Amino acid sequence: MNPAEIQAAVLEAPSAGKAKTGSTRRDRKRALYWSYFFLVLFVVFFLTPPIYMMITSLKSSAEIGAITNPWWVYAPTLENYWALLGSEQYLTFFKNSAIVSVVVVIITMLISIPAAFALARMKFWGSAALGMGVFLTYLIPETLLFIPLFKIFAWVQETLGIEVMNHYWVLMVIYPTLTVPFCTWIMIGYFASIPKELDEAALIDGASYLQILTKIFIPVALPGIIAATIFAFTVSWADFLYPMAFTTSADQLVLPAGIVTILIRGDVYAWGQIMAGCLLGALPPLLIYAFLMDYYIAGLTAGATKG
Amino acid sequence: MAAVLPRSRATAAARGGGLRRVMRRKSTLAFLMALPLIVLIGALVVYPALYSVHLATLNKSMERFVGFGNFTFLFKRDLFWMVVKQSVIFAVTAVVFKALIGFCVAHFVHNVPAKGQRKWRGMLLIPWVIPPAMSTLAWFWLFDPSYSAFNWLFAHVGLPSITWLGDPYWARFSVILVNVWYGAPFFLIMYLAALKSVPEQLYEAAAIDGANWWQKIWYVTLPMMRNIISITVLFSLIVTFANFDIVRILTSGGPIDQTHIFATWAFKLGIEGNDIPLGASVSLFMFPILAIAAIFILRDINRRGNEA
Repeated sequence: MNPAEIQAAVLEAPSAGKAKTGSTRRDRKRALYWSYFFLVLFVVFFLTPPIYMMITSLKSSAEIGAITNPWWVYAPTLENYWALLGSEQYLTFFKNSAIVSVVVVIITMLISIPAAFALARMKFWGSAALGMGVFLTYLIPETLLFIPLFKIFAWVQETLGIEVMNHYWVLMVIYPTLTVPFCTWIMIGYFASIPKELDEAALIDGASYLQILTKIFIPVALPGIIAATIFAFTVSWADFLYPMAFTTSADQLVLPAGIVTILIRGDVYAWGQIMAGCLLGALPPLLIYAFLMDYYIAGLTAGATKG
Repeated sequence: MAAVLPRSRATAAARGGGLRRVMRRKSTLAFLMALPLIVLIGALVVYPALYSVHLATLNKSMERFVGFGNFTFLFKRDLFWMVVKQSVIFAVTAVVFKALIGFCVAHFVHNVPAKGQRKWRGMLLIPWVIPPAMSTLAWFWLFDPSYSAFNWLFAHVGLPSITWLGDPYWARFSVILVNVWYGAPFFLIMYLAALKSVPEQLYEAAAIDGANWWQKIWYVTLPMMRNIISITVLFSLIVTFANFDIVRILTSGGPIDQTHIFATWAFKLGIEGNDIPLGASVSLFMFPILAIAAIFILRDINRRGNEA
């Protein structure tokens, strides 16, 4: 090809490109409109329950019982919220949930950060197998474990005299099994991505492994730790099976179990209050999500993309 | 930099004698750091899992060894086979729809201009964020037999009203619908992240070769996303198979036990019915699906480990 031909080809290329983009641009625009159409459709599907929750929570019992448009509030009132915030029972659920979740987050971090550091950086006999084992335990569902655990707790109660069942602190013992494997797994991923030169340099400077962990790894992997914290908090806030199986009396229940077992009583459902209770109960995870969405999503996707 | 490297090598050589001791101390320290994890998983996950196998071989009062007695008892009951069937239908249908919806909606979000994507993604993930026990109550209220808001809408467009949770078939549909609603956003987020990692050049190359949108999805997107699709489907299959909250709150297994899945039935037999061995036997049936999934995931990880 001589220079003139190349020049001609180069000159021709943009015009050919323009002709092409003309049709693709129209295609893109049509695809865009369809995308918006379906997105609106799915947003409606996804947001119907929470919005209906809010609509119902703003109604009085009389309005809920009347045959009116269920999708509209004719006389909005906050009475359901005031009733809940004045009810000692609901506040106890909330308090129990908050204590359990915060303690579980602390326990989870205390266990999974050192373990992840050890597994990611300090090889020891069986560390590779343990890393795989951590991942596999994440796959064992709680629904497989609650019956043997029930029996084990009963055994502890009989032989050691420690009353395990029907205390909310038992959830602090048992929830880490839901949070620690996943948190360790994603922390291993974050720690492994820290360049080795960093801790080698620190070792040469005479730092101990604990110093490397606290002075280098934790600050550098802070986004990962925040993501893991959010994960641990939301999981322990939302769990339903363990509190259903291990706690029964009203003063020991956490929110999900409390709303389902205590607020729903007999044949008369106070739906306004139940929905207000659900909405208030969903508020902590929703607020965390609203303000820390990127960390939330990072925690969600890290497990699979690093797996 | 050039000055640092030789020196560090020199110190390493000087320490060579004590290196083995250091290594041993290091591995001991590492073991101690991982010890709480080992204890936690050993005592509260591995031991209970093995213990449930033992429990399943005892009689109701847990005094006598009955071998496979509980299993042969289960195999003779029609309800057991109904639960098996329902668990499979529930998990497979829900996962397929979750994956399909997640895949499609991820494309719709991906098509939208970048600055609007955050907003859409933010709204679409909300079902996943609300604790399922609470959102399921909202669904329960939407399905209420006398005040169903869906039936109110249906009545206005002239459709017959539906007994959502009273009729066995509609109840099965409802529990799957709620599960899909709850789980689809997870797939959406995963697939959106995967879509973003597909290099744009591949689509351009496909467009130059004259590929239409379907061929682009089939020959570019799907192969690029194969790993993430398989891993999310496996995860979700496990979680959906082991689901408890949604069925428990919506139907408690009713009407006439037609919507029970392994977890809810095991809860009913073991905790509420006080027959712990039978409950343990039922919940053990979740194990095969778990083992199969674990094998696939391990194989996948090993393969990727070899590639790296």
